[in-house]
Amino acid sequence: MRFRSRVTVVIAAVLSAFAVKAHVATPRDDLSARDRARVEKVTRPTSDFSKPEAFERMQAGAATTTKRINADIFSHPSANLKFEEQQRFLLGNGLFRKDWVTAPSSTQASDGLGPLFNARACQSCHIKDGRGHAPAGPQEQATSLLVRLSVAPTEEQQKNILAGYLSTVGEPVYGGQLQDFAAAGLPAEGRVRIDHEDVAVALNGGETVHLRKPVLSIDKPGYGPLRPDTMLSARVAPPMIGLGLLEAIDEGDILVQEDPDDADGDGISGRARWVRDETGEWKLGRFGWKGNAATIKQQSADAFSNDMGLSTPLSPDHWGECTEAQAACRAMPHGAQPQLGSEEVPTDLLELVTFYSRNLAVPARRDIDAPAVLAGKKMFYEAGCTGCHTSKYVTRRDATVPALGFQLIWPYTDLLLHDMGEDLADNRPEGMATGREWRTPPLWGIGLTATVSGEATFLHDGRARTLLEAILWHGGEAEAARKAVVEMERAERDNLIRFLESL
Amino acid sequence: MKFPVAFAIAAIGATVAHAEEPSAVLATYADIALAGYEDSLETARSLQSAVNALVTQPSKETLAAARQAWLSARVPYQQTEAFRFGNPIVDEWEGRVNAWPLDEGLIDYVDASYGTESDANVFYTINVIANDKISVGGETIDTSRITPELIRSLHEVGGVEANVATGYHAVEFLLWGQDLNGTGPGAGDRPHTDFDTANCTGDRCDRRAQYLTAATDLLVSDLEEMISNWQEGGAARNALTQGDSTVGLSALLTGLGSLSYGELAGERMKLGLLLNDPEEEHDCFSDNTYNSHFYDVQGIRNVYFGRYERIDGKAVEGPSLATLVREKDPALADEMEAKLNTTYEAAKALKARGETVEAYDQMIGEGNAEGNAAVQAVIDGLVDQTRSLERVIAALGVSGVSIEGSDSLDNPDAVFQ
Repeated sequence: MRFRSRVTVVIAAVLSAFAVKAHVATPRDDLSARDRARVEKVTRPTSDFSKPEAFERMQAGAATTTKRINADIFSHPSANLKFEEQQRFLLGNGLFRKDWVTAPSSTQASDGLGPLFNARACQSCHIKDGRGHAPAGPQEQATSLLVRLSVAPTEEQQKNILAGYLSTVGEPVYGGQLQDFAAAGLPAEGRVRIDHEDVAVALNGGETVHLRKPVLSIDKPGYGPLRPDTMLSARVAPPMIGLGLLEAIDEGDILVQEDPDDADGDGISGRARWVRDETGEWKLGRFGWKGNAATIKQQSADAFSNDMGLSTPLSPDHWGECTEAQAACRAMPHGAQPQLGSEEVPTDLLELVTFYSRNLAVPARRDIDAPAVLAGKKMFYEAGCTGCHTSKYVTRRDATVPALGFQLIWPYTDLLLHDMGEDLADNRPEGMATGREWRTPPLWGIGLTATVSGEATFLHDGRARTLLEAILWHGGEAEAARKAVVEMERAERDNLIRFLESL
Repeated sequence: MKFPVAFAIAAIGATVAHAEEPSAVLATYADIALAGYEDSLETARSLQSAVNALVTQPSKETLAAARQAWLSARVPYQQTEAFRFGNPIVDEWEGRVNAWPLDEGLIDYVDASYGTESDANVFYTINVIANDKISVGGETIDTSRITPELIRSLHEVGGVEANVATGYHAVEFLLWGQDLNGTGPGAGDRPHTDFDTANCTGDRCDRRAQYLTAATDLLVSDLEEMISNWQEGGAARNALTQGDSTVGLSALLTGLGSLSYGELAGERMKLGLLLNDPEEEHDCFSDNTYNSHFYDVQGIRNVYFGRYERIDGKAVEGPSLATLVREKDPALADEMEAKLNTTYEAAKALKARGETVEAYDQMIGEGNAEGNAAVQAVIDGLVDQTRSLERVIAALGVSGVSIEGSDSLDNPDAVFQ
């Protein structure tokens, strides 16, 4: 990663064959000169770990929720919404928790599920608006984890991938995702099975941590064997908090951190994931485990289509993810009602779910002045974690939701792609992201994971049961940071975890 | 923002003879909360007696009496919803007693049309009443004795909010059963023999009686807990009356606005109209939704006017927000009161329609223009009154007090601006 300074002119990665426009970091046009100076000062990384920083407790600015800590703590709206916006949030919440049903049904506005689907409701996977989990063993059903499928592209398809019109090439019959449920009369696509191998890691101080390495396979394929060269990648549902604030981070504030050729030699490169948004424009991909969506609306529409088989104006196929080879699936009844709109989830409903998804509040931090937390924070900085887990930003003044504009936020992410090493690799490229690259996930709220869902697990496929396990899986560009944690004294490592738990 | 309380009072005091003290307004608020929860407890205890009578001597009559007791218990409880949103203690507790909507297959038998599996919710048709143990995710839960502790542990099991195992709506389901009439006429129609061990219908009548008893007992103890929070020295009362009254007033007004606009007008009413879905009905088994909405509206008025009529007909009243606003800005007070009255009239019309014309789930049915309009009128009133409430918040100078702070470093709640 490069030192963050907006004075430097940074040209974005000119990606081999495809011409993403060059991004020049110009000063932020949403800020006055005075505000730019204030923002520059307040977002500068701290070097004083003797006391908390100003504004640190309210890690999502005025949108931070200070509600009581319990299992509902990820489910509150941005604290500074107007009453009218609270209503939109609650309507979105109603849709987010709604169980959709297969068509035809008596409740015409709520049908259209499937024919193939992973879940009936958004919240089935985003459990209590928090993190999903991997099945604990091969016999357990995967509920909040799904599996993406793809095969190697042809030359022609590769051109389309480079041009941004295609992200992956789905398995010819099964498509881009395995749906483990289907409407009555249709076989499900199969059952996700995860076995585990034990990986022992010795830590300084004599402690040994046993990691579980997942081995992914598909049982009971419903449409014949999968093509043998199919690439599989498991994904757990990420937590829903703070997404609107991530969307409101200035694009230039992200791009300035890119260092694709590691020019500064710190071992950390980082590159932006470019995707085409719904209008066909190149945009910074901010959401999804590999940064495959530029906007929350896009991400929501993708989830409606792929995970629940529901059409939206952005993904208008009523049959969702049924491929041409799944003709019976495509012929099933759908749930679009002409009087309600031409899709199963028309614009107004998609907008409500998008608004909801933008406004799930990040909780206030706890114990920011506890000596162990401050000591752990120092460890976090010294181990180099902030090389990717960038602490602070001030969001744009012209944020889509005004309440989310000009907030000092602490998400701990650079939203860039990083090579995370062989052990974490899914070896399944997606758009310009390689099979070893992952987008840095935000860390805010991570300390409340178990409070919200006791079963929740970490990393893209939920393999890590604890924060320490998650750290130990880091590799590639994060190898130095991982080593630093392994070599820490036990107390230092404990403090590091205490810091993460305070987020 | 720390300044205005003392200041504002002084300013009012200079011109008005008997100025309403914010602290006294908050004391009235806490008194009404206490009385409302006490009445909720008393009616819940009556429900408990009626449930005991039902499970001891199941008959049409004892079932009808238990249903009537449940309906009566909703009257004071719904009025206490005005204390939600502004009081963290209430918010934390509320889900245990009034969570909704619920996947009833967790609790008892359901109609075949309900489906037998839900990907999402592995507890969808787990049927605690029918099973002495349930097995989920390789874990076995011993359900051989249905106790308040057991159903508490099953509440939101698996992190699924629809797994409502406790509270008013769990009891409602056990008393009425599923409403299988969609947006057509009719409520749930569980036979009394579902509780009759001698002539049992629906299997495991003893365990159904156990569940109903446990859920009712738990409701009573939850209400007892909330009452202690509002008594002299209770945590919820102290939080309002011992701190800065500006913060207290802000909590009070936030609660009214959030209940009006977001919860009631939005999630409980507008969503139902948007989807025309009978599942989007608050008291969906008993078809009592028009009452639950009406008493929410009543509760908002109680707080604003500082007056609550108890179930025994006696009133709890005291210094009120209404007077405070009137002293500050008589025109705004007129506006606010007129809008509260408009909403009240619309809610009365909704209640009258529910009693004489059709049930709430029919009103929200697709193509029912008149029914839709009756619901929409209440929504419009609630939205409109919240706009005036926003002006009240501005006029009293309590806007955003809970989040704004000075920029000083010793204020951990400060935010960069």
